[in-house]
Amino acid sequence: MSRYFTRLKKRRVYSWIGGPSFIDRKLKHMFYEGLCIKTDGNTNTGCIRPGHYILIEGDEDRSYVAKLLKLYDDGTGTRSSKHAEVQWFVRFHEVPQNKRKRLGRDPHPNEVFLYEIPNCDSDIDAETIITTVQVQHLEENSPFPAAQSQENSLYVKLSWDGKSFSPVNLDLLLQSGGKPVLPASSHTDSLPKPDLDVSRGLAVDSPSRPTRSARQQHSSTSKYSQSKELSDRQPSNVISTPTARKKLQLSNSVKPPGSKLTRDDVLAELLDEDRAVSSLEAEVTRRRALASKPSSSPSKKPRDLCISLSPIRGGQITQDHQLANGTQIGPRLQPEELVKRTLKRESRAESTEDLAGISPLEGEVSEGRTRGSNPPRKKEATPRKSSVKSQRKGETPSKRKDSIKIDAPLDILIEDGGEVGGPVVAVTPRSRRKSAQVSSARIQQQLNYLNRKQSTDFDVDDDEEDVFLPTKKDLKSSSEEESESVTGRRGSRSAVPRTPRSSRKAPSRTPAKTPNKTPRRTPSKTPVPRTPRTPRHATPSIPSRTQPTRKPGNVLEEARARLHVSSVPESLPCREQEFQDIFNFVESKVMDGTGGCMYISGVPGTGKTATVHEVIRCLHHAAEQDELPSFCFIEINGMKMTAPHQAYVQILQMLTGQKATAEHAAALLEKRFSTPAPKRETTVLLVDELDLLWTRKQNVMYNLFDWPTRRQAKLVVLAIANTMDLPERIMINRVASRLGLTRMSFQPYSYKQLQQIITSRLNRVRAFEDDALQLVSRKVAALSGDARRCLDICRRATEICEFSSQRSGSGLVAMSHVMEALDEMFSSPYITAIRCASVQEQIFLKAVIAEFRRLGLEEATFQQVFRQHLALCRVEGLSPVCMSEGLTTCLRLGACRLLLLESSHRDLHLRVRLNVSQDDVLYALKEG
Amino acid sequence: MSKRKSKENCLTHGECISQAQRMLRERFCHQKIPGKPFGVESQHKHLLELLKRTAVHGESNSVLIVGPRGAGKTMLLNCVLNELLEVKHVQENVLQVQLNGLLQTDDRIALKEITRQLHLENVVGDKVFGSFAENLAFLLEALKKGDRSSSRPVVFILDEFDLFAHHKNQTLLYNLFDVSQSAQTPVAVIGLTCRLDVLELLEKRVKSRFSHRQIHLLSSFRFKQYLEIFKMQLSLPEDFTDRRFAEEWNQNIKSLCEDRSVEDVLQKHFCSSKDFRSLHMLLMLALSRVTVSHPAIKPTDLLEASRLCTMDSKANILHGLSVLELCLIIAMKHLSDIYDGEPFNFQMVHNEFQKFIQRKSHSVHNFEKPVVIKAFEHLHQLELIKPMEGPSVRTQKEYQLVKLLLDNSQIMDALQKYPQCPTDVKQWATSAFG
Repeated sequence: MSRYFTRLKKRRVYSWIGGPSFIDRKLKHMFYEGLCIKTDGNTNTGCIRPGHYILIEGDEDRSYVAKLLKLYDDGTGTRSSKHAEVQWFVRFHEVPQNKRKRLGRDPHPNEVFLYEIPNCDSDIDAETIITTVQVQHLEENSPFPAAQSQENSLYVKLSWDGKSFSPVNLDLLLQSGGKPVLPASSHTDSLPKPDLDVSRGLAVDSPSRPTRSARQQHSSTSKYSQSKELSDRQPSNVISTPTARKKLQLSNSVKPPGSKLTRDDVLAELLDEDRAVSSLEAEVTRRRALASKPSSSPSKKPRDLCISLSPIRGGQITQDHQLANGTQIGPRLQPEELVKRTLKRESRAESTEDLAGISPLEGEVSEGRTRGSNPPRKKEATPRKSSVKSQRKGETPSKRKDSIKIDAPLDILIEDGGEVGGPVVAVTPRSRRKSAQVSSARIQQQLNYLNRKQSTDFDVDDDEEDVFLPTKKDLKSSSEEESESVTGRRGSRSAVPRTPRSSRKAPSRTPAKTPNKTPRRTPSKTPVPRTPRTPRHATPSIPSRTQPTRKPGNVLEEARARLHVSSVPESLPCREQEFQDIFNFVESKVMDGTGGCMYISGVPGTGKTATVHEVIRCLHHAAEQDELPSFCFIEINGMKMTAPHQAYVQILQMLTGQKATAEHAAALLEKRFSTPAPKRETTVLLVDELDLLWTRKQNVMYNLFDWPTRRQAKLVVLAIANTMDLPERIMINRVASRLGLTRMSFQPYSYKQLQQIITSRLNRVRAFEDDALQLVSRKVAALSGDARRCLDICRRATEICEFSSQRSGSGLVAMSHVMEALDEMFSSPYITAIRCASVQEQIFLKAVIAEFRRLGLEEATFQQVFRQHLALCRVEGLSPVCMSEGLTTCLRLGACRLLLLESSHRDLHLRVRLNVSQDDVLYALKEG
Repeated sequence: MSKRKSKENCLTHGECISQAQRMLRERFCHQKIPGKPFGVESQHKHLLELLKRTAVHGESNSVLIVGPRGAGKTMLLNCVLNELLEVKHVQENVLQVQLNGLLQTDDRIALKEITRQLHLENVVGDKVFGSFAENLAFLLEALKKGDRSSSRPVVFILDEFDLFAHHKNQTLLYNLFDVSQSAQTPVAVIGLTCRLDVLELLEKRVKSRFSHRQIHLLSSFRFKQYLEIFKMQLSLPEDFTDRRFAEEWNQNIKSLCEDRSVEDVLQKHFCSSKDFRSLHMLLMLALSRVTVSHPAIKPTDLLEASRLCTMDSKANILHGLSVLELCLIIAMKHLSDIYDGEPFNFQMVHNEFQKFIQRKSHSVHNFEKPVVIKAFEHLHQLELIKPMEGPSVRTQKEYQLVKLLLDNSQIMDALQKYPQCPTDVKQWATSAFG
């Protein structure tokens, strides 16, 4: 599987489009405005430009989604010198499992979330970019588009900040997109510079023209249609987007809500921008996080404003041009331009917003190009065409309302994203013009809509009709043209071979199927034609009980419940030091986003696993309180798997929910931990019963301790085993060395600690006499220091107390009860067993001892012992037994291990040894 | 008394007998004991309380029932479970999983069996799908999902518990005990074993998770109680279909207990073992002698049954040997005596036999060597002699070292009883040296 991937990877050739558009001299970074992806055996190339949504190679054959912010070359000239900065999106399955339920609903399969964790690494290797993808922004409560458009566009509704889902802030999205320092001026071969500036303006200008086809809307953003040649329209559009956002970002991040900008501010900001780029990544991201906050608050205000502002916009276009250049030459900016720029930003927001209406269509149209599988193109094309039409027509005003609500900027980007991968699409001028008209109509609508929003609730209905009815008509009239243009596009597009994408996806599907296949195949072997289907999605569960459990009724029952090992105590007493050490270790690793190993040893029942769980609980709590970056915790146990290699399978399943064979899982994990994935949160892995992961080559252990040493892995491994010197005893050097020297050993509990543990568990439930507690803890401390034992004895003592208190007694567990419990658990049954044995068995034991004495050895054959046995029988005045009976007696004693015997096929010659000391036997028999 | 009965009465009488026999046979073979097991009240109470807490309170527990074979461990457990399941809401709640170390010889099989008995969702019909690892993960996940208050408690019964301790890594035991010690589905793990040292078999981690509750069943009753048990086992219940027959039968059993010879037989049995199974064996043999013409167990039946029970199997085999084979046995006995139990080969035996033929024998023919070899091989097949080396070692048949699996006393006994044994053979056997 993975080999297949690498081969594919090699086939893609990445090259910059044009020369560097901007050079950061300090860092020697050269910024580009486009990346060309060329696939071997295919003459067509795909272009990716900042602002596009892209798919990035991820681990385990799933790709990541992100928005490209900038592209640069770090100047080292190596293969991996191409870098890209991105705004991440996460898919649902990338959200840590324990937090998934916070979404509160089932995720849409194509849903992504804006990733807003501040310190995530947004710098990636540009050569990991696979292709572009469409991402649509939807309002939080709007439904997902109909199923036919689902295939390949992704939807954003919410953002994920590591703790909770929240509605995507439009401005935030815009702003993070507007970050790049990429200059506005285009160096694209085909495009003249002014083009895009004017195109900026059109979006603003268009409101004056009412009816336009929706599909052409996006081209209206590059409004150049009236004045320039149109064949190159697409690229210009592409470039324009980041520029616009750039401008927005500038104004936005500087401007505190409601305040005016001074020139100095802007300069500072611009300089800052450069500096920031040249400084560490972390700083950039942090600053961005800061910057993003103020931006969110004014987001509503401009919308209100823009209505009154709209008339001015026409005149703004020229300014706009200057602004676009102005970013390159920051100092030249004039204060009044800045003011205008803020206005511009608003209008921009406006113009982008109105595009939202066409989003379903966009999804539809672009489907062909983003669809993963490789079906015959024809087949795909026909229904699409019709569906475009029907959808247009079928739209009701209310539906429109929904779609308009959708924040727009995403949409433009989607549009761009949809186009860039393929070659430049040639569209006829006529349709262009139409599209411009439609877009202006849309803008008009949008304005009206916003107006309406401002107005009070009761006139909503009226407004709706006023606004939307004409539009509907327009749409109908334009739908024909639109479909024409769509077909035109599709035609040109269908000529584009989409090999890179489809071949990419095809292998990626197979692994998901394989685990399913195996069980599915099994029943088909059975001759019965209709065997019940294999429970592929069987949920592991024990049926629930019909009657509820009874609650503890009295003090003793309460105490027993609290003393059960399984009950989770409020705190873990007596392990404060160990807790602190582990806590500090894990916390520091999580904070730094690094990895490490820790080895924890201690005899069973000393609270190793419990302490680690407690640490994790506290850390999770801290993460929720925002004191710590969130992390994911997974746990494997050497005893809970059938073979050491299953560790991989379990880790993979817990990390990603995937099922795979051990080898495949190992490969996937290896890939996951060795490829950089900046937004990955730290993984804390608890490996319990480490010694059972031992294999002859020790590769499981090796991997477990090797992954944390990788920079990108962000893996913290806590390994638990019983023996302190396990690394020295069973590990080969290279494993032991990777485990490192961070070790901790849990000492067995002392009696005081045990006493404290019981007291804290009982927590003021008075069920024990103090002496009784002390007896238990001293006894256990002397024997093993195992807290489980201690609790079990106490629990048994409460039971004994309960039995006896039915007859008499105070109800408190006293010394006598504890003594009885201790006796039950620790007294050896041998002596009682001998006393309870039958006469013949006792005589046989005597005969064994007699024979041992005679031989002077601790071993005799059955034949020898049996002779003694017959003699003893005669002495005791019993009728002698026959050989068969004697052998049965002997074997019976052997079965309960009073004697140790060889296997019985040796018959007369089987060797007999005592499993108890001779003194014990004699003592037991004398008493009896 | 049956002779006086009329024809149709006799028929019903025969039916009564067969019914009584069926009932008693069921008791002896399936360990179905009327009433509570005898003399283990405290253990019974302990186990019952423990299972009740699991069933009612959802408390997880683990316990081992330890006692020699035939001490009534399974009997006790079944009795407790029956009693527990009489309570309706317990019956609805509790799930049972029965495993036996002799059947589930490794964890793979055991896991499938558990999954099957729990009817988890990866079971279709009687088949459990998925690999070993998947099954384990699935089962653990299932148990983990449950919690004390909402899931049905599961009672795991592990018969021949000690054999589970020999499974690789003791994975199954670790997991079961781990579940019993953590807040998951409530489970009660009950192990039945005859090994007193069973705790030493457990690995330290497994041991730490085991609650160390042990119920010892060591059959500490005396002969008087043994007699009681005997009576109880043979008596027919009150609600037997033909009351008159039952009364007669029970009366007979009562008189049987007072019989001197019966008491002797029982005393002998009691001395040799207190195990219920051997008692059942004895009673079974006696019961099978009951027919329409012989409608009650008589003391002679018991005596005969006891004789059968305590018969020496090898002595019986000796009775069926030919004189030649017997001679060879005697030759081997002498060799064993001379060389003090050291092994010997056919050639030595043949020499010894030749000496006997030439010097002392008057009645025994001198057999050809091949005939003697044949006889020797027959003895081998009867396992009265045992080769020292395995079959892989290639030595000539005549020189293969063997050992005699008979004691002198057995040989002498057999000779005494052997029909028409030639006197010179007898003399040869008793003589100190061949």
